[in-house]
Amino acid sequence: MGRGPVGAPAIIRYGNNSLASVDDVSGINGSMTLIKTLTASSSSTLDFVDGTNDVVLDNTYPIYLFKCIGIHPATNDTGLQWNMTIDGGSNWNVSKMSTAFRSRHAEDNSYAVLEYRTGEDLDLSTNHQWITAGQGNGNDEDGAGELWLFNPSSTTFVKHFMSTSIMYYEINAPFNWFMAGYGNTTSAVDGIQFKFNSGNIDAGQIKLYGIKDS
Amino acid sequence: MTLVNRQLIKLNNRGVRNVTTFGSVGGGSMTFIKKLTASASATLSFVDGASDVVLDSTYKEYMFTFKDIHPASESTFSFNGSIDSGSNYNVAKTTTLFNAYSGEGGTGTDLGYRTGEDLAQGTGFQGFSSDYGNDNDQIGCGYLHLFNPSSTTFVKHFISRSTNTHKDNYALDVHISGYFNTTSAIDAIQFKMASGNLDVGDICLYGIK
Repeated sequence: MGRGPVGAPAIIRYGNNSLASVDDVSGINGSMTLIKTLTASSSSTLDFVDGTNDVVLDNTYPIYLFKCIGIHPATNDTGLQWNMTIDGGSNWNVSKMSTAFRSRHAEDNSYAVLEYRTGEDLDLSTNHQWITAGQGNGNDEDGAGELWLFNPSSTTFVKHFMSTSIMYYEINAPFNWFMAGYGNTTSAVDGIQFKFNSGNIDAGQIKLYGIKDS
Repeated sequence: MTLVNRQLIKLNNRGVRNVTTFGSVGGGSMTFIKKLTASASATLSFVDGASDVVLDSTYKEYMFTFKDIHPASESTFSFNGSIDSGSNYNVAKTTTLFNAYSGEGGTGTDLGYRTGEDLAQGTGFQGFSSDYGNDNDQIGCGYLHLFNPSSTTFVKHFISRSTNTHKDNYALDVHISGYFNTTSAIDAIQFKMASGNLDVGDICLYGIK
């Protein structure tokens, strides 16, 4: 019959009264689904808001996972941070309780330590939560990590999170950060914002995935 | 009529009527296997071959995620393995456990190894974190990776990270790792509170290709 693709995008193609090929099928890409990639370019913030720019951050998935890759600050000795919103991004100020610790080791074999960090945890604070701190902004210096967010749409429970990151510290050292805790709200969280505590996100990508439970 | 075996695609009057299933098409590398939801449950058990659970050599790595684990009473969320399809959950384990905590209102922070919460060849359940709070908004969430449970050569390693609200309003970040010290295949994993029921919460099992 020589028909063109049926539907959009081209999932199934016809050819001579039979199926010629199945090109792509959405929705069966395993249990971890890429929802959105945001790419920084001298960006003050990168915002993932449910219902905006194809972002899904609601009860579609019980667990969401953000991956931060090649995060490069414009300003030296700064840290990547994030916050939650419960009003579609109008305000980024959810109260959070968190822990923070890190391990580190410098290129000159100094700085080897594992330590709790009171400067990067939060005690029911509405400030942004650190993911990294003290990142260098040299041309080859960046950070990477992930942030797990559990059941943000719950209207019953607090919203737990866990992050792990690795970054290049300004004195030439890898720092491995671990933060965890909860957004102390029973309102649904419908957005996450990333930014540096000072200056722009010069470059990097943050990817949002949804993890299915069916 | 049916085109392609396993009713992959159905044709109707020279048109595609529906697509029933896509079998081996695509699928990604992380496959959802089973979700168990607690409702005043004493235990949640994933047993290979029962209720559509796969926990055998199909995958080299399995991941459990748990969210909104809310206990009926303040207690320890915990897990164990079985080598006899769930008849007994008592495999010897040696584990490490460290955590960080921070209390609301400046009531204390710490990072440390917790000798009281690890196991040295213990056959009892491994706790994720002691004293889960059971206030209406308090829960625990996290994941547990289990490596190559079907091996009959090696011990069975696992790694877990979880976060929960402690009964005294602390945030916890708990890291556990270790191994089931057996060369028998692990074919089931059970989760429970050390005392009392799992009030609500769900646990999902994924296979990683």
